[in-house]
This record gives sequence, C-alpha cells and structure tokens, in this order.
Amino acid sequence: MSTIKIRSKRFADHTLIRTLIAHPMETGRNKNDATGELIPAHFIQTLTLTHNGKVMSQCQMGYGVSKNPFFSFKIKSAKAGDTIGISWQDNLAYSDTLEHIIL
Amino acid sequence: MLTTRRRFVKKILALSSYALSLSFSQVSLANWIANHFSRQTINQSITQLFPDQELQTSNRIRLQLPNTAENGAVVPITISSTIPDVDTLYILSEKNPVPLIAQFSIDPDLETYLGARFKMQETCDVIVVLKAKDQYYQARQKVKVTLGGCGG
Repeated sequence: MSTIKIRSKRFADHTLIRTLIAHPMETGRNKNDATGELIPAHFIQTLTLTHNGKVMSQCQMGYGVSKNPFFSFKIKSAKAGDTIGISWQDNLAYSDTLEHIIL
Repeated sequence: MLTTRRRFVKKILALSSYALSLSFSQVSLANWIANHFSRQTINQSITQLFPDQELQTSNRIRLQLPNTAENGAVVPITISSTIPDVDTLYILSEKNPVPLIAQFSIDPDLETYLGARFKMQETCDVIVVLKAKDQYYQARQKVKVTLGGCGG
C-alpha cells in the first residue's frame, strides 16, 4: 500500500490538492520508552508535486514537519483528467510516488 | 572456518555495494540542502538563508495559525498571499532546534497557498518568508505552545 494519499477538489478558479503521507518523521531526539535508547532520525527530506508531469513545487524539509505530514496546495488551472503526482524521499533513502487523477 | 570466512567476505561485499548504491541514489535523487537544516539559532538560519537581504514585513501575507497550540507536535498552518510572482516560500519557527521547517518552490501555475502541519519546541514566533522577484517579504505570528513537540 502506498504511503501517500491524495485528494483533490475542483473549484471555480483553482483546484485544491491535499496530501497525507504516512511517515514517522523521527527527529533523532526521541527515546524508545521500553529500552531508553534514542530512536534514530528518520524524516522526509524532499517532496515533489507535479501536475501532468510538470514540477509545481519542490519542497525541502527537515524534521520540523509533523509526523504523518499533511500538505495542501492550490493549482490555478487544472481540469478533470489531469494527473497529480507526489513523490518523497527520506534521509534513509526510502521513497514513494503516487499519481492521482483529478475527477 | 574457511567456509564461514568466505561467506562473511561475500556478505560484506554484498552489503557494502548495497550501501554504496543507496548513498549514490540519495545523492542523485534528493538534492537536500543539509546546511539549511543544521542545528542553529534563528539568527544564524536567517543569515544563512537570506544573506544580506532585508526581510520586509508585509501585510499581504495571510497566516492562519492557532494562537495556542495544545500540542506542539502538530501545529497546523495555512499561508496565502496576494504578492505576485512568489517563487519560494520558507517556514521558520524561532526557537526550534532546527529553525527552518520547510522551504517550497512555487511554480507560476501554483497559487501562493500552502497548508502544512509542523512541530514547535516552545512558545515563539512563526516566521513565513516569501521570495518574489529577489525581494523578501516576511510575516510572523506568535504561537503559544503548551506541550513541546520536538522531543528530547
């Protein structure tokens, strides 16, 4: 199952894109309750939003972004059938990509 | 003994090549600017991100932030602005160990609008900086944090 969820809603002058990514976003400062050891940092570093293959936004982030990051964007001109893509990559080189078709 | 050593060597080789491929893919795919996300104070961050730039306070940036965040681990923010030609957006939290939370490039086809959730260490100002035509605009708002969200 993909870690990414994308929802879109078309309005008169824009399309609202909302995305939720399942990711721990560990800062590296939290301790494991059971063992007392530090949990190593594990967080998304880059996120890309594309619209029909064209890059709309490139995001760089640190671990200041909440666990299970949520983002919303507004695309000015998008129509039904357009493809929205979200991809992310984290500091441990895991990554995921999902494409979504606007209804 | 010999077989185990052989196996051991094989394993090490396999592992190291795997690690190498991992590190290469990381370099090629994610050009993450590690410097921007180092542990530093807000002033160091601002000097590093916007060297010799004046951050003009603008009332054309609209921030929707809670006045009080009960849980610093999840602070919702919505940013919208009427400033034209914005190409980069920065979110900073003044007293976080790493002040820069995220930076976004904004394509002309994208409205200057962003919703996100971020962590806050303690009560402080949240600063949003927009870059448009080599001009920097900022807006800040204080958020009271009841429970810090950066762990440690």
